[in-house]
Amino acid sequence: MISRYWNLPVYGLRTHFEELDRMKRHLDQIFGQGSEARMSSRGAGVYPLVNLTETKEAYLIRAELPGVTPEDLDVQTTGRNISITGERKIPVDHTAKYHRRERESGRFARAVALPGDFDRDRIDASLKDGILRIMVPKAEEAKPKQIKIK
Amino acid sequence: MAKQEEGREIQLKGKQNVTGAAEQTRPGPLFTPMVDICETENGITLLVDMPGVKPADLNIDLRENILTITGEISPFEGPDEQDLLIEYEVGQYFRQFTIPELIDRNRIDAQLKEGVLWLVLPKAEAAKPRKINIKSD
Repeated sequence: MISRYWNLPVYGLRTHFEELDRMKRHLDQIFGQGSEARMSSRGAGVYPLVNLTETKEAYLIRAELPGVTPEDLDVQTTGRNISITGERKIPVDHTAKYHRRERESGRFARAVALPGDFDRDRIDASLKDGILRIMVPKAEEAKPKQIKIK
Repeated sequence: MAKQEEGREIQLKGKQNVTGAAEQTRPGPLFTPMVDICETENGITLLVDMPGVKPADLNIDLRENILTITGEISPFEGPDEQDLLIEYEVGQYFRQFTIPELIDRNRIDAQLKEGVLWLVLPKAEAAKPRKINIKSD
């Protein structure tokens, strides 16, 4: 479980992966595919898939967790990390005959490192239509501030 | 009867893009949802993973013996949100199944719970297995 507990992405540090990512984007641009300007499209390769966005006020984490109930889900914060752990339970009827079994069950652990400080007391998490949404309000220092030019 | 398999870790599969001739009515990516199909004496149950699909955006169509399931994933972002890390895309789910004749079409039941579609296809009375008693004198 520990080995799969990645702590990506690393903001501000240029890693080899980032170099590769830039190269891929560059090539995509040459061949005219997916040239959207994204900070990172690289995943950690760990379940669940996570999308991280930000507004001026908050960071928003969304994860696809179909069939997971709030009781089987644990969201914690330490430092600048938010960790999502839990278990996806799929009851198996051993008397039935299975034609297809593609849906995965089991335990999962995922950590997301946020690029700035946040207010850990006002984090709001909700689960709807199989999507976990975590709203993380930014700390004052992490919010953009307009500087007046005299 | 229903037992839970324990101690396993989930492997990441990611979203599978539809390959082949799926007719698209809207632009955007098309995904194949993961599905479990199990059959009992009473019927066939389909469990389809469709995270992000609201009941109103789900469409189940049965024509001839082709069952088509489509689901529109609502865009998750608000207008003032900026992407930092994008691992999953949104678009449409699409999958087709061939349904055997022995299904009682009037009693098909569908429920969308926590992003999972439960589709129960009951077997027609005539198709249920029946034990035949052998009399001996």
